Amino acid sequence: MLKDNHTQEIEGILAKYPPDQKRSAVMPLLFLAQREYGSLSPEAIAEVGDLLGLQSTEVASLVGFYTLYHDREGGKYRIQVCTDLPCALRGAQAFADELCDKLDIKMGETTPDGQVTVEEVKCLAACDRAPMFQLQEPDGIHYHEDQSVGSALALIEALRVKGQVD
Amino acid sequence: MTEHVVLRHRDIEGLDQLDTYLDNGGYKAFESIVRKKSPQQVIDLVKKSGLRGRGGAGFPTGVKWSFLTPDVFPRYVVANADESEPGTFKDREIMERNPFQFLEGVAICAYAAQANAAYIYCRGEFWDLAQELDRKIEELHARGLLGRKLFDSKYSLEMFTHLGAGAYICGEETALLESLEGKLGQPRLRPPFPAAEGLFAKPTVVNNVETLTNLPPIINRGAKWYSSIGTEKSTGTKVFSVSGNVERPGNYELPLGTTFRELIYDQAGGVPNDLSIKAILPAGASAPILPATDEVLDTGMDYESVPKVGSSLGSASIIVLDETVDIAWVLSKITDFFEHESCGKCTPCRDGTYWMKHIFDRLVDDTAQPHEIELLHSVGIGIQGKCLCALGEFAALAVTSAVERFRPEFELHVVEDSSKAA
Repeated sequence: MLKDNHTQEIEGILAKYPPDQKRSAVMPLLFLAQREYGSLSPEAIAEVGDLLGLQSTEVASLVGFYTLYHDREGGKYRIQVCTDLPCALRGAQAFADELCDKLDIKMGETTPDGQVTVEEVKCLAACDRAPMFQLQEPDGIHYHEDQSVGSALALIEALRVKGQVD
Repeated sequence: MTEHVVLRHRDIEGLDQLDTYLDNGGYKAFESIVRKKSPQQVIDLVKKSGLRGRGGAGFPTGVKWSFLTPDVFPRYVVANADESEPGTFKDREIMERNPFQFLEGVAICAYAAQANAAYIYCRGEFWDLAQELDRKIEELHARGLLGRKLFDSKYSLEMFTHLGAGAYICGEETALLESLEGKLGQPRLRPPFPAAEGLFAKPTVVNNVETLTNLPPIINRGAKWYSSIGTEKSTGTKVFSVSGNVERPGNYELPLGTTFRELIYDQAGGVPNDLSIKAILPAGASAPILPATDEVLDTGMDYESVPKVGSSLGSASIIVLDETVDIAWVLSKITDFFEHESCGKCTPCRDGTYWMKHIFDRLVDDTAQPHEIELLHSVGIGIQGKCLCALGEFAALAVTSAVERFRPEFELHVVEDSSKAA
C-alpha cells in the first residue's frame, strides 16, 4: 500500500497545500501511484481516492483527462515523440515513423518484450531541438533532444538492458 | 541588443548557481522592497514600468495586481509555467538557466500581492525541471531568502512547485487554478476573476514565468529605465521563440517592436537554402497566419503593430514557413492539436475542432469536395466568440485566416467539381 510504503512522501505532498484543501494533492499522488504500480488500475485509483476522501469516479475522470496518466499497461519505457507543427517542419514525423519501422511496431504499440512503447504526443516546448522525445519511465520524465534514429535506438538498447536488470 | 534582461544567463556564466546569482545583484530587489517599500509602492512601480503579461494576453501586470479584492486574506500567487503553445519554448530556458531571477520575481510578486504562499504550476513534462526548482527553493530557505520573517520584517513567504499532467488548456489561468485544486483542467466562467476569487476561492495573481522574471531588474533599475526599452505602449524586451524553417531556431531576447525581418534574417540566420518565406505564424498555433509580404516582414513585433497587419503577438512564438510548405497541411497539424487539446467543456470548441479535423483529413488526402473549403471556414466562424476561454477562439483563428488569405492552397486539395466540368 502507498500509505505504508511512502508515508513520508505522502506527508510531504499533503504539506504543500492548506489542510482544508487536500484535494490539491490528487495529481501528485496519482504520479506516485503510477510510479509504484506502473499504471493506474481501478484498485490504484481507489487507493488514491481513499487517501483523500474522494470517490473513485472523481479520481478516474482525472486519469482520463490528463495524458501523462495511464490506465492501461504499456511498455516500461514510453518514448513520446512530439510531431506537432514546429517539430514536423524539422523532420519529426519521418523520425517517428522510421523509429517504429526499426522497432517493427506501429505507432502507439509496444515492443514484444514489453519494454518500449512509441507514442506521438503534442508540443513539448522543445521546438528548436527537434526531432525530440520525452522518455516517460518509472522514475520520471526526461527530455531527449536533437535526436536521430540512431541515437534513439542506442538509448532504447540501453533501456532494454536496464529494464531486464531492474 | 547587447544586454539581456531576462536571459541574463547568456551574459553571466553559472547564473543558475545561487552564489553567482547573489554576486551579480541577486535578491537585492526583493530585500529592498521588503525593507523599504509598501506593497502598493511596488504595484505602482510595476504599473509605471509598463510591463505587460508575457504569456500571450499582454495585459498590464501592475493593473492586474491592483484588481485584488482589498482586505481579503489569505491571498495566493501562482506562476504559470505550463508552457505548451506549439512554437513556445522560452519559459523552459528561463527556469533552467536563470532560475533564481525567476524565483526572485515570484517573491516580488507575492510581496506586492501580500501573499504568503506561491505555487509554481509546471507542466507535467517539466518533471526534471520541477525537481531542480524544489532544490533551489530549499537553498533559498537555507539562506534565509524564503521562509518566516524575511529580512527581520513581519513578511513570510513559502513556495511550492506543482506538476500538471499533460493538458494544454491548463495554461489558461482559470483552468490552471482548477487543476491546482485537483480538478479537471477546465476554464471557469468569469467574473469572478482570479483577483477576486482565484485559488481556493481566494484573491489570486496568476503570472507567466517571463513576466515574473522581468520584475527583479525593474525593481533594481527603475520603471523609467524599463520603459525606455521597446515602444511607447509595449515596453521592455521580449523573448522571441523562433522555430520552423530558419537556420538557427531558438530564443532571442530583443526589444519589443523589433521587426520580423530582423528577427528572422539577422538573428535566426534566415531560411535554409535561400528559400523565400511564404507565411509566418506570429503566436504559435493561436493567431491568424500572416503572408510574408514586405509590409509584414517590416512590421514591429509588439502588442500594437502585429494586430495592424492582421494577427497578434501572443507569446511571441514565431513559426516560419518557407515557400515549399503546404499551408493546408500546416492548418491540418494545428487543427489536430486543438482537437486533441480541447477540454470538452464548450460545445462549439469540442465539436467544432472535431468537424474541422475531419474536413482536414479529407483535404490532406485530396478527397475533399470543393464546397468543404467554405464549410471549414464557416465551422471556424461558428466557434469564434462562443466559448468560455480563448482556446476555442485560437482553434479557429489560424484556420479562418488561412482560408481567407491562402485559398488557392486549399483548392489544390479538392477533387474536381464534376458539375462544372459537365
